[in-house]
Parts: sequence; C-alpha cells; structure tokens
Amino acid sequence: MDINHVGSLANLKIDPKKQKSFSEQFDKILNFVSKISQLKISELKETSQVTDLNNILRNDDIDPTRVLTQEEALSNAKQTHNGYFVVDSILNRE
Amino acid sequence: MSELLDKSLKELIEGVKKKEFSSREILDESYAKIEKYNDIYSPFITVVEKGETSDIPFSMKDVYVTRGIKTTAGSSVLGNYIGQYDATVYKKLKQAGYVLVGKNSQDAWGHGGSSENTDIKIPKNPWDKSRVTGGSSGGSAAAVAMRIVPFAIGEDTGGSIRNPAAWCGVTGLKVSYGRVSRYGAIAYASSFDTVGPIAKSAEDCAYILEIIAGRDKYDATSSPHPALKYTDFLDRKNNFTIGVPKEFFGEGLDPEIGYAIKKAVKEFEKLGYKIEEVSFPDFDFVLALYYIIAPSETSSNLGRYDGVRYGASRDKFTEETKRRIMIGTYSLSSGYYDAYYRQAQKARTHLINIYKSIFEKCDVFVSPITPTMPPKFGELIDDPVKNYLADIYTVIQNPAGVPSLALPCGFSKAGLPIGMQIVGPMFSEERLLNVGYRYQQMTNWHLRKPKL
Repeated sequence: MDINHVGSLANLKIDPKKQKSFSEQFDKILNFVSKISQLKISELKETSQVTDLNNILRNDDIDPTRVLTQEEALSNAKQTHNGYFVVDSILNRE
Repeated sequence: MSELLDKSLKELIEGVKKKEFSSREILDESYAKIEKYNDIYSPFITVVEKGETSDIPFSMKDVYVTRGIKTTAGSSVLGNYIGQYDATVYKKLKQAGYVLVGKNSQDAWGHGGSSENTDIKIPKNPWDKSRVTGGSSGGSAAAVAMRIVPFAIGEDTGGSIRNPAAWCGVTGLKVSYGRVSRYGAIAYASSFDTVGPIAKSAEDCAYILEIIAGRDKYDATSSPHPALKYTDFLDRKNNFTIGVPKEFFGEGLDPEIGYAIKKAVKEFEKLGYKIEEVSFPDFDFVLALYYIIAPSETSSNLGRYDGVRYGASRDKFTEETKRRIMIGTYSLSSGYYDAYYRQAQKARTHLINIYKSIFEKCDVFVSPITPTMPPKFGELIDDPVKNYLADIYTVIQNPAGVPSLALPCGFSKAGLPIGMQIVGPMFSEERLLNVGYRYQQMTNWHLRKPKL
C-alpha cells in the first residue's frame, strides 16, 4: 500500500515514525482480506444493502420542530465568525 | 446494599405498579452503584446528573446522540461534542417512561471487540478486572452485568452487542437490519449497523424491543415490516428445528465453549426442539468480507469529522481507527475497487444464498459467539489481525442483516461467563426470543452476577 497516497485520499496524516509499522500491519491485514479473491463468485450480483427497499422519498417540506437554530448549529464549532463556521482557506491568493 | 436491580425489568415494572417499591428507590440504587463502582470498572464515560424524576433507569452506548448531553462515540475526536438532537431510540425510551443515567464506554466508533480501542475510558470486565469486557458495547454490557441498570442500548455492526454480552454474562439482541431506527446512531458501517438491547434476559429484551422497534420516517433504511408485541410470543410451545453448523465447532474454538454449547443443545432437545446438523463450510470468508466492507463504509462515514462543524482534528483518531479508514480507502480506490470492495459485495450475495439454504433445513441455528474466553488487556489490541479473528462468529450475521440473540450458557472452570447465539432469518426476532425465554426458564446461567 502506498501509505502517502492512501493517506492523502483519506485526509489522514500518518506519523513518519509510525509509517514502517503501519506498513507492516497493512500488509498483514491486506493479506488476510485478500482471501476473498479465492471465492468463485464472479457471476453473482453485488449486494450493497439488505432491506429490499428502493427510492424511499419524502415531500420537500420543512418540519419546523426539527430545525436547529443558528446558535444550536454553531454550538460545537471550534471557530465561528458572525454566525458562520470558519474553515481553512481553499483558494490561494497570489 | 439493597438488591432491587437484581430484579428483571418485568418485575421492576410490576413492583412499581403494585407499589411494592418506587421507581425513585430503583433510581437511587442505580446512582449509588455508579458512585461506588464507576471509578473501578468504568462502564460510564458520562454520568447524567440525577434529576427530580422518578423513572426506571437505563443507559446507552455513547454512540447515540443525546441533546444537551456529551456524546463521544468513545473517541476524543468528539470528546467535547454536546448532542444537538435526540436519537430516535432515546426519544422512544424517554416517551415510554425511562430515564437515562449515563452514556457507556466503548471502542471508538464501534471499531473493536474489546472496548480497548478508546482514548477515553476502557471498561473492565466485572467478572475479572484484569480482563476486557468485550466490545464494542463493552460499557453497556458491564453496566447490566453489574446490575447498575436493568437494561442498556448497545449497537452491533459485527458482534458489538453479542461479544460483550457473552464475555460479561448477559443477554443481548442483534436485531434484523432495519428493525430499529438508526437515526441518531453515530454510523460505523451504515449497511451493517443495528441498534439493540442488552439486559439480563430474553424476556427483558422483548419488553425493550416492543418499545424501540418500528419504522421511523427519519431513517430511510428502517423497515416497514410490522413490529410485533414480542412479549406475546415468549412462552409459546413451538416445534422448531434448531440447526447446529458442524464446522463452527472445530479447531480454533475453546473446548470449554464448545462443551457449554453442546450442553445447551441437550437442553433444547428436552424442550422438544428437533436438532439438525447443518453445514456452513469455509465460513471464514465472511471475516474477509467484513474487514473490507466495514472499513470501506467507515472511511466514508468518518469523512465528516473534519473539525469544522464539530469535533477535534483527524489526527486525534486512534491508530486502530486510522488503520480501518486506510484499509477502507484503499479498498475503494481506483485499481483496487474491483478486487476488494466489489468482490466483497458479491461475497455478500453468496452469504445470503448460504443462509437461504441453511434456513430450509432449520428454523434457527445455534453458534458460538467468541472463539475464546475473555482475554486479558493488551492481548488483542496489540495485534490487529488477531483482534479481527476474534470476530469470526459474529461478523457472519451483519452482512446478511439477520438477527441473533446472545444468551449466557455456562461458565468456564475459571468462573468466566460463556455465551452462545441463536440466529434466525430476517425479522424472526419473536422466534429467537421465544427459544431464549424457554431456555432461560430451564437454566440459571443468566441469573448469576459477578462479585464486585
């Protein structure tokens, strides 16, 4: 496993000191789960969920009893500003 | 200390009705026990302050969002998160007249089978403080075993109700997928997660299931299949056939566990059930299936913890959680998706086909829950693959969605509890609870409690 590549996909930083041990553990785990390839099941369809339900919809109506107030919505944020969540800047200015 | 909490939930409800004792007395006893034992065994991450209320107490795994009450999922990534809404299961129990006394310790996000994968509080097995409770609903099972609460709500994705129920000597029900609403349950693997009760008996689990089962418009995966009055089915005399999968009892299973379950099968025969040997060869493929799909789903679900709207930064995830996110991300990534994730989804279909053929030969089947007795701290958590192998019997149910009831069925020579599970087809909870109830009328394992 390319730990740096997968780490960036997963938005996780792996401590460089731990990279070697993580890498060894991943090899063991992937070896363990790779036995799935031994099953002769190529003709089967995939199951992604077991409910037999399809297209469970609801009306596009607001239930005011379930709406969070702005204060409630912001209540767990580390950083807020004038009623907004603060995020890291995405666009760089030159 | 007075022993009201040794009584079953049914006895507590009736005792309060007949004014033999008050629910306030039950609540006081619960809080007295929390004060005496929580620092020693740590079944609770958060203890809710005792109010003026007079209701029967219960607790919940800290994976259920509770408005105004800290909810951590066992992780310091949510270490300071105060719930902004109530999970449906919590709402239903409040409406039914129960009061929450605390949130139970667990493996973070459900990632584990020992409740050691947490940077908050690791619960200790009340039967032996040097051993794990099991997991991931370890604190919930311990709180019931210790008779601090008559029941707790756990969560089962790959065995997380059944494993700690077995290792703590209590009864736990993994429901059919969709039987109980997951609204407000912090997601681990969204197509495997189930919400269910842990209590001292199948009868008590039936009482709780009646309250919490049913379709919820806020959970699009919850089932329209009608919820039943489960307590009506408990003492029916049915001529069920109980399957015994022969491959489950081979090498790798602790002989004391195998022996206890074989003894339980003899009790089933005395109850008039027919015993039928069935076959489930190469069942360890399900462990591979589970440890591809569950990490894949969790890598997606845990993507929301970016520290913006709530929570601390992602570097606070434990190593085991990071491992699962990475394995999942890898399995879903370009170049590997077909070989891992897609193949695992096909294996899921294969598993469902196996269940169809087994349930042509029996109405339910019996299985071990764990391959070993509860290990000492550190034995599992330090070796990821060894840790995953402990799940071998319980991951078999969740990918197919089928329900399973965990029942105490004996004790080892060292005095540690042994559990077995009764597995049925989708929406057969009343069948499982009926078999469990009748077994518990014939045996006393579920009545034993640890000396604290």
